[in-house]
Parts: sequence; structure tokens; C-alpha cells
Amino acid sequence: MKIAVCVKQVPDATAAKRLDPVTRRLDRSGESALNATDVNAVEEALRIKEAAGGEVVVVSLGPEKALDSLRKALAMGADRAVLVSDPDAAGSDLVATSYVLAKALERESADLVLFGQQSSDSDGAVLWAAVAERLRRPMVSQVAELTVDGGSVTGKRQTEFGYDVISAPLPAVVAVSDAINEPRYPSLKGIMSAKSKPTETLSLADIAVEADRAGAAGSRTTVIALAPPPPKGDQIKLEDDGSAAERLVEFLAERKLL
Amino acid sequence: MTLVFLEHHDGELQKGGLGVLAKAASLGGEVAAVVVGHGVRAAAAAAGNYGASTVYVVDDPALEAPLPQPRVDALEAVVRASGAENVLFAASVLSADVAAGLAARLDAGLNWDVTDLALDGGTLVAKRPALGDTVLVDVGWTSTPRIALVRSGAFEAVETGGTATVQEVAAELRDYSTAARMVEQAHEQSSGPSIEDADVIVAGGRGLGAPEGFRLAEELAEALGGAVAATRAVVDAGWYPYSTQVGQTGKSVSPRLYIALGISGAIQHKVGMQSSGTIVAINKDPNAPIFDFADFGIVGKVEDVAPRLAELVRRRKA
Ligand SMILES: Cc1cc2nc3c(=O)[nH]c(=O)nc-3n(C[C@H](O)[C@H](O)[C@H](O)COP(=O)(O)OP(=O)(O)OC[C@H]3O[C@@H](n4cnc5c(N)ncnc54)[C@H](O)[C@@H]3O)c2cc1C
Repeated sequence: MKIAVCVKQVPDATAAKRLDPVTRRLDRSGESALNATDVNAVEEALRIKEAAGGEVVVVSLGPEKALDSLRKALAMGADRAVLVSDPDAAGSDLVATSYVLAKALERESADLVLFGQQSSDSDGAVLWAAVAERLRRPMVSQVAELTVDGGSVTGKRQTEFGYDVISAPLPAVVAVSDAINEPRYPSLKGIMSAKSKPTETLSLADIAVEADRAGAAGSRTTVIALAPPPPKGDQIKLEDDGSAAERLVEFLAERKLL
Repeated sequence: MTLVFLEHHDGELQKGGLGVLAKAASLGGEVAAVVVGHGVRAAAAAAGNYGASTVYVVDDPALEAPLPQPRVDALEAVVRASGAENVLFAASVLSADVAAGLAARLDAGLNWDVTDLALDGGTLVAKRPALGDTVLVDVGWTSTPRIALVRSGAFEAVETGGTATVQEVAAELRDYSTAARMVEQAHEQSSGPSIEDADVIVAGGRGLGAPEGFRLAEELAEALGGAVAATRAVVDAGWYPYSTQVGQTGKSVSPRLYIALGISGAIQHKVGMQSSGTIVAINKDPNAPIFDFADFGIVGKVEDVAPRLAELVRRRKA
């Protein structure tokens, strides 16, 4: 069973995120990390591989330094990494990103393509549906429990009305929720071996993506203007030094909430 | 022309889409709705009362289950038949997948998490908060159709007393669109007192560590005379019942006091509780997004702070 996991490098959770006022794109110059919910998708892929055998390849679109983040997936146990990196792909929106990723995925022709719940920098939780459409494959999203057997996948997922159980024949695309598993930490051995695992960096030409299908040229949305959100009211934030609960009780009493 | 996708459940149009329809109607111009499913003609006609002049209906037994991919086929047919320039969706588990699939099918732009829509020289533009709501972005589209996914709760449905012409459209469903199958649908009925009526809510997230961690939330809720709620992450993990989930996929609540224990403050959680009177957050991560919208934040461990808080509240009330 061959599993491709789509992952993304995002600004580290502890780094302050900002949009560059000139390019109106996310400033990616600071500390970066593997998108947290993608780690759940990598973990799920590894568990499927451990049960059924096969290969796990992580696939990403991003700047060259994104390889650093892909190495975390390799350290966890993924077999190889494919990074599409090309200056002409910078600033790709959903339509362009889904096109580029689908081209990279077609080259892999995996039985199962996995996605994490959402990306922390764009707050998007939609990419898989666009990629599944481009690959012309069935898709199940928001999966909190996944089973793979025979030639199909079955996912249990939450909706506004309760739970759905959805089944799809392979090859398929599945997006998992952050509740699906507790990801492992890379072992020291894993971290060491990640350094020698195969990684591939591909240009748009390598995967036959036409110049007008990626980056700003391939995108169909624009950012017109940026503005700070309306100011918030007074906020109190304290470090707990043992007395925070007392302070909170006083605050609640003042607001007549007790 | 603006087309609004309406979801239905048990024969009723859902209020998220009706809110988007009301907003679209308020912008002027021609507004139509689209309803997709099986046996949905009667439900669809009700869209006229919320601002649609036409409602397109794609009715087919193969569209019975609420699965996204055949709905992409249906919407493609309706967009082509109607010449819609704007296609709007209210965020939901189903609609997000339909909107993104349609964007790929038509090579059309999709802006998500939209909180406002306006016309600029006759052309649709949108506002969306980005980077955890720390910046407000005006976004647009460079081609048609323009597709938008609207953040849940952004617009209220408004009854107009109008009526809509129902127009049937036939869609050809693709093989891969109909390959996924609904095996089971478990619709949960809420039991016990509803969190929607509670004055005080103590909500627990993954930071409670384990199902047993919810004892801390229950103890604090009891001291305060409130109800216990949960995030999707812990509901999906089976720690707490579905009926207590707050957020986009769960309930929207607005108690006088909302205390979040070990909750990161994801947008999909925030949309269900941001209209609470006073928001308190206890989280060990000083960078947790919840601190951006909490009135009172404590950077600390729930297992330290929550029991002490419960004890102080009990003493005060005694
Ligand atoms: C389509 C869609 C719909 C969704 N609908 C909903 C919805 O309706 N409701 C909802 O809640 N979510 C929803 N989500 C999920 C949402 O995006 C988040 O994944 C979820 O809210 C996270 O839950 P959490 O805060 O419990 O967990 P996490 O994000 O894991 O946060 C746990 C927090 O606990 C803190 N913590 C850990 N240990 C401690 C400790 N000992 N003391 C104090 N703090 C600690 C951590 O610092 C962290 O901030 C949806 C997502 C999608 C894509």
C-alpha cells in the first residue's frame, strides 16, 4: 500500500505571524515548523503502513527551506519526501495549489492520499476537496476514525447532526481530524536516519505544470487591502504564580458573575 | 447573478445558508438559491421567503446522502445553466468540501472564512479575518464565478414573505463523484439540560489530558452553578458527549460567563462562544490563540488552577 501525505511548512506556533504589507503575503522569514495537524496525518499513514506494509511519502509545496520541516515526518518514520519548490509557485491560492499538488501526486499514484485537518497559517480546511477533484478520486474528510481494508477506506466523522460513516474504494483521498490519533515523537534513531532518507526537490517544469497554472498567474483570488481588526476591550492576562485563582475570583465578583 | 447553496436537513433549509441568502439579497441584483438532494422540491420552495427570486433544484435519488462530490456535479450544472457570477456557501462540514471541489472543477477562486460581503463598483468583494483573527483582509476574485465560503454565524436569516420560481436542473453525475458511499448516519439527539440555556459554562478541551480530567470541569461548573461543554477534539476522542460540543459543528452559546479549560481557541471553536458575556481562559501555552479573545487569561496548568478556583468559589458562596 502506497500512502502519500500532503504536508506543509508553516510559521512556528510560538512565532508572531504577520502579513507583509507590500506583498500582502505571509511573512515566512521566521522560525518554521511542520503544520501541527499534518503530523496527525503522517502518524495515521505510519500506522496503516505498520499494519499493512507499503510506503509512506510526504508531498509538499513550499520554499526550499520547507525540507527542514519535511525531515520531521521522515524522522517519525516516513520513507521519503517530495518537495515542489519554484519561485513561480509562490503566492499560489487554492486553485493553483491544488493543481500543483495534484500534478505531483499523479506522479506518485499512491493508493491513499492523506491530509491533516487544516493549515495553521491560512486557517484553510478545504484543500483536499480541490485536490480530490483534480485527481478525480473519491474523498472523505474530517475523519476521526479510519479503517483501511481490502480495497477500501472507511471513515467515521462528525457533522452538525451527529456522525457519518463513509466508505470509499481505493485509490482515495482522506482528510483526518486532529482527534484521530496521538502522534509519536521522533526517536533519536529516527532523527539520525532521517538525514539519509531520499528527498527530492522538483520545479514546476519537472511535474509539467504550465507557468500560468501556479503562483499569482494561476490564482483566482487576490488580497486587496489589509487592516488591523477592530480593537478589543481591556484584557487581563496573568502568569499563574499561585495567586491567579484569587485574582480571577475578585474579577468575577466585580463583574457580579458569582 | 448570485447563487447561494442551501443545505437541508430533515426537510428543512438550514439557517446558515439562509443567512447568506439574506446578505446576498441585501446587496441587490438578482439572487437565486440552489437546493440539491432527493425529494427536496417542497423544502426548496421555502427559499423564496428568504430573498431568492429563483430556486434551482437538482433532485435525484443518487443525491440522497449528504456527500459533497456529487453536489459538485450538480452545482457545475446549475452554474452553467444560470450563468451565476457569484456562488456563496455557509461554512459547514458538507459545504466546505462542495465549495472547494467546485473551485477546482471550474478553476474558480475560493475565499473562505468570509465574515462580510460587499459590492465595489458592482463587483463582489469580501472581508476575512486572517492569522487567527489578528488582521482583517479585503479579498477579491480575478475571474468568475467567484466562490465564497462564509464563516458560520456571520449573517442572520431574514424572512421577506417573497416567493421563488422553482427551476429544475438535471446533472450528470461522474463515476468518481459517486464512488464514496454513506454507510451509516447516526443522528444524535441531545439529552439532559441543554448548554444553550446555561448562564455559566465551563468548557474543557484536550488540555484536560484525559476523560477523567473532565472531573475538574464538572467540579468547577458545580461550584458556579453552570453547565459543562467541550471542544470537537475531545468529543471526537470520546471524552465527552457530542451534545455538549461548542463551535462551528456544535452549538452556539452565549452565557454570561464562559470558562475555557485547556482549550487552544481554534476559529471553529471561537465562532460558537465568542458572544459570551465574559470569557476566561486557563491554558499553559502563553501563545494559545484563546488569549487573543479572552477577557481574563491565566497562563497556567488547569490541574493547578481549576481546583483552587472551585474551592474559592465554594467558600465564597458558603
Ligand atoms: C470543519 C471543522 C469543524 C470544526 N468544528 C469544531 C467545533 O464545532 N468545535 C470545536 O471545538 N472545534 C471544531 N473544530 C476543530 C478545531 O479546529 C480544533 O481542532 C479544536 O477546537 C481543538 O480542540 P482543543 O482546544 O480541545 O484542543 P487543542 O487545540 O489540542 O488545544 C489544547 C490546549 O490545551 C492546552 N493545554 C495542554 N495541557 C494543558 C494543561 N495541563 N493545562 C492547561 N492547558 C493545557 C494546550 O496549550 C492547548 O492550547 C473543527 C474543525 C474543522 C476543520
